[in-house]
Amino acid sequence: MAMKGVLRPGHIQLRVLDLEESVKFYGDVLGLVETGRDKQGRVYFKAWDERDHNSVILRQADMAGVDFFAFKVDGKAALDKFDADLRAYGLATERIAAGELLETGERVRFELPTGHKIELYAEKTDVGNGMPYLNPEAWTPAAEHGIAPLRMDHALLYGPDIEKAQAILVDVLGFYLVEHVLLEDGKTDLAIWLSCSTKAHDLAFVRHAEPGKLHHIAFQLESWEKVLRAADIMAMNKVTIDIGPTRHGITRGTTIYAFDPSGNRFETYSGGYSSYPDWKPITWTIDEVGRGIFYHDRKLNDAFLSVVT
Amino acid sequence: MANFTVTIENTNEVFRTSDRNTVLEGMAALGRKGIPVGCSGGGCGVCKIEVLSGTYRKRVMSRAHISVEDEESHRVLACRIWATSDLRLKVIGKIQRSVSRGAPEAGAAQSPMPG
Repeated sequence: MAMKGVLRPGHIQLRVLDLEESVKFYGDVLGLVETGRDKQGRVYFKAWDERDHNSVILRQADMAGVDFFAFKVDGKAALDKFDADLRAYGLATERIAAGELLETGERVRFELPTGHKIELYAEKTDVGNGMPYLNPEAWTPAAEHGIAPLRMDHALLYGPDIEKAQAILVDVLGFYLVEHVLLEDGKTDLAIWLSCSTKAHDLAFVRHAEPGKLHHIAFQLESWEKVLRAADIMAMNKVTIDIGPTRHGITRGTTIYAFDPSGNRFETYSGGYSSYPDWKPITWTIDEVGRGIFYHDRKLNDAFLSVVT
Repeated sequence: MANFTVTIENTNEVFRTSDRNTVLEGMAALGRKGIPVGCSGGGCGVCKIEVLSGTYRKRVMSRAHISVEDEESHRVLACRIWATSDLRLKVIGKIQRSVSRGAPEAGAAQSPMPG
């Protein structure tokens, strides 16, 4: 299958309360690679195995949370087409000049009805993963520094009108629904998991009264054993763990939820199944949502629906 | 290490804390089932309290939950303060429900789902 259009999650800009404390956390505990700092004071990171210049950008602010979440698209023509299609759909879009984010091309920004700013871009400098394109090794020392995920993988966002966000992502940007949880009425979705690729999710939403909230940003690890190693590293560094190591019923990923020093939740996960656009979505009913979210405990913890930034 | 006594006015419960542990860590150590400790990083706001008397050391907290006026009125996040004297406090954040639930004079039962 050729991947066209929207390729993958590309970057997230997170607000942190104490920049240097957070830089230490993202660099040494999570084990991302710092790739730059800009004139605004923002700090740029990538996971060691990612090839583009940045995937996580930290901005010091007086409140935690997410500024924007972005997807890379397959070329400038696709970027222009999506911009036109979004406007034709009735959404306002904004063009942000190349270079406003380091080593990143022009971005098209719009806001989902859930209150989240989403960006599309086509170009970001390939700085490589530390290994050559000709006859590389299997990994580098950076693969063992801290938790050291392979990539920034997906996000779970909380906000109202998730069905309107779903319509935009599916009808305009080519995403498809992989799994969803129905509320008591058997019709309205509490939560949706959407993919633009063959991953079980690239972006997920939970219905929530307050707009623009971040539930978690997820980082992919290679194996369940690496998830357990991540838990050890969290313990050694007194990281607040929300839940895990455990498994999700939905997407079947093995996981830990934990918090960064500003209270932004992050996930270190591995596994989950591959999905395809022709597959039928999987449906969960509200009475089984506990097993869907946390497969072993078979119930939600108090924080799942209430603790967001 | 200095030790202090913290009184939770909502339930008249008392616990000992040190200047090394946040007030939230002391509250969580009461072992009440269902206290959502939250993010413990000053970001999510669930552990909002009002300090009625006493002094404390604090770290930066999200303005989404603690306004300048809140901070001046000693409405803070329990995860970002450390007692420097005995404290009396009132729980006002989302954890209030869990603190009151299961306490000696517990209020009405709350539906656990969905929040």
